Amino acid sequence: MSMNLMSGSTEIPVRVADIVQVSERVKRFRFEPVAGGSMPVFSAGAHVVVSMNIGSRRARNPYSLMGSVTDLSAYEISVLKTVDSRGGSVFLHDSVKIGDQLTVSTPVNLFPVEQRGRKFILIAGGIGITPMIAMAEQLTAQKLPFELHYAYRNDQAGAYADTLKARYGHLVHLYIDSRDERIPLDALLKNQPLGTHLYVCGPGGMINWVLESGRKAGWPEENLHSERFLAPPSGKPFSVVLERSKKTVTVGEHESILEAIEASGVEPPYLCRGGACGQCLTGVVSCDGTLEHNDHYLAPEERDSNQKIMICVSRIKGSNLVLDL
Amino acid sequence: MLVSGIKSRPVYTGLILDPHAEHHLIAVEGEGALAVLDMLSPAPRDAAEKATILYTKAGSAPVDHEGALAKLHPYRLQPLPTIQTLLIRLQGFLTTAKMGTRLYIAGTEGFIGQAMQVALNNAIDFHSVRTEHRGSLARRIQCVHCKGFTENVTMSHVPCAHCGLNLLVRDHYSRRLGAFQGVCIDAEVPGELPPAEEIFP
Repeated sequence: MSMNLMSGSTEIPVRVADIVQVSERVKRFRFEPVAGGSMPVFSAGAHVVVSMNIGSRRARNPYSLMGSVTDLSAYEISVLKTVDSRGGSVFLHDSVKIGDQLTVSTPVNLFPVEQRGRKFILIAGGIGITPMIAMAEQLTAQKLPFELHYAYRNDQAGAYADTLKARYGHLVHLYIDSRDERIPLDALLKNQPLGTHLYVCGPGGMINWVLESGRKAGWPEENLHSERFLAPPSGKPFSVVLERSKKTVTVGEHESILEAIEASGVEPPYLCRGGACGQCLTGVVSCDGTLEHNDHYLAPEERDSNQKIMICVSRIKGSNLVLDL
Repeated sequence: MLVSGIKSRPVYTGLILDPHAEHHLIAVEGEGALAVLDMLSPAPRDAAEKATILYTKAGSAPVDHEGALAKLHPYRLQPLPTIQTLLIRLQGFLTTAKMGTRLYIAGTEGFIGQAMQVALNNAIDFHSVRTEHRGSLARRIQCVHCKGFTENVTMSHVPCAHCGLNLLVRDHYSRRLGAFQGVCIDAEVPGELPPAEEIFP
């Protein structure tokens, strides 16, 4: 494991250097280190967790880094404003101004470019374009062949579509839902040279469609890569007993177990806070209801064992959960 | 003398058909042919129709499995005289192969290691190759001192075929070289050796 992973929860104070409205619901933020100097090195596909104080609550959201890996003077992220979210994206859009201070984690890459690959197919849906922007930049610098297939809802929604098209020309293929344009996935999967790797980022349904089509076209699992961060779903409040710390906390309606535990002063390890990485895997001692697994990390048999839970996104249906923490 | 639990020691999980593959490319040496028969005989008809089998009898000579493989009616069966010619043929197929091709390798460890090298050089992910070890346990080893390779080693230690040092055969494996590591066993007192045992028959 890299140093970055080891220090995944290390927070770096940053100043908002620039905010750009990219499309109807997407803003780009540029974060410079408050202490001066440069930000830690990262590779394309990496994300950071941005911490925000929203009222009395501390929200932490993962965002892919989209800037050039050679420019460490600042990090850039793009944020889609989702109104039914728990406030992080709305806060960034409506309350954060140039000059404000936030903290970001050191970067973690759960979606790295396979360096032994011969060719790369990048498929993005909507805001899933952000890691692909860094990948396209890195692959260009490495002189590795790639093509980018970018689907979005309508003309107003295609953040960066024009910039990408201008920069990479025929390597970029755009598909607009409202014009009934679809990614010709089956044809795409059929005609790739050996050693091609596929990367997909976007809505859950799209990711499943792409991965399933890839498997059915005989692509090995090792050549199919995806990333999706989940926001912790809301639900009824319940209490959590931390057996080793001898603490009891209440998980609110719009709070994750991890956030409730952090608010009590206990700091469990985490990396992505989006159900993807497995770092916050926690042992379940007992539960008076049923576990609601919302992650996409645990294998089906692990879910069914009722002995483990990913506390960043999962909850329980019940009133009391005892954790080995 | 073998240190157990060395993680680089390869594990061959067996030939399992990928039902979705557009094309099955199968590199097989000696008794590895039996693994191919086990995989394809019970499979649906179209599995063999999508299979290219590159076969050399090498380790299993004088037994020749070509007839049995032909009875599977594969799309293509190419018997080859030696491992080296098979590897060149394999490289030829991989040069033009498309995604959707699944590679299978069966035979002795030395053969699997060398065919895997060809696969890796063609950007195939190690974990996506399905492998099965059949036949002799003999090892291909690299002398860590002179870097020469010695093939078909069945004994616990062996003189290097190149520099002559007495080499202890280890479980330490190099995927890049497709070989186990051989380390000088009598450096302190040259010639003072435990009796060699046949541990890789």
